[in-house]
Amino acid sequence: MSDNTALPISLPALQAGDRAEFARLVETYSPQIYRLALKILGNAQDAEDVLQNTFLKALQSLPTFEGRSSLSTWLYRIAVNEALMLIRKHRPEVQVLAGDSDSDDDEDYIPVQFVDWTTIPEDALLSSEAVTYLDQAIQRLPPKLRLVFLLRDVEGLSIRETSEALGLTDTAVKTRLLRARLFLREQLSGYYQERLLEEKH
Amino acid sequence: MHNHFDCHDLLGSLSDYLDGEARQELCRAIETHMAECPNCRIVVDTLKKTIYLVHATAESQLPDDVRARLYKTLELTDYLK
Ligand SMILES: [Zn+2]
Repeated sequence: MSDNTALPISLPALQAGDRAEFARLVETYSPQIYRLALKILGNAQDAEDVLQNTFLKALQSLPTFEGRSSLSTWLYRIAVNEALMLIRKHRPEVQVLAGDSDSDDDEDYIPVQFVDWTTIPEDALLSSEAVTYLDQAIQRLPPKLRLVFLLRDVEGLSIRETSEALGLTDTAVKTRLLRARLFLREQLSGYYQERLLEEKH
Repeated sequence: MHNHFDCHDLLGSLSDYLDGEARQELCRAIETHMAECPNCRIVVDTLKKTIYLVHATAESQLPDDVRARLYKTLELTDYLK
């Protein structure tokens, strides 16, 4: 891998149609966009479609991109929209972003597991079985929570950038993020509690 | 701020606390509560660890064949290194 990805990508060069600069944009952001798509959709073929469509759309939209958000937030936004289109196609009944109902299911996120599994050694916490379990738990998140969680906690976007990429308010992002984190904590607590019990036997 | 900061209050301010966005006064209320409430301490510790594990396992490797097909679609094969 070359080290020219360390230089910031030039928006003016991209907008002037500089192919080498566009190649750098693709090289820099394609791994993250692919990871995001894979985790939203849970399917490699769909993720690849989203990856390709994201950069095709980006190429089309570059002339009108005003640079109000960063290039990465802009690409994430395109990728999320592409992924949502696929979800709607496959599962039209799922409401992914519509979210005035954020308060009606509060009860579901109150912690019930109080096992301290943080004492488990790191290599056991990160065993390949545990990592697979974590991935599956992320897949079990309700889609509207999953998107927020993936952008904030997996991709490392700020609350503000996550709101921009999803077209949500900061408050909605924060509520969903907390629920997603609590949901995963419950799931992992159940999983690691069993590992702790096995150890004692 | 409430006179009595309870488990429900803690839950509501948890994301801000974990993301380092809670004000000092709120941090103190959370830490005081955790010292007295073992369950909340466990929730906070395991939640922190959950987020840590998510970060630690987030790889971003683009498979070579996926990358090659992407460059082909975008007519960028000249730049494929
Ligand atoms: Zn408590």
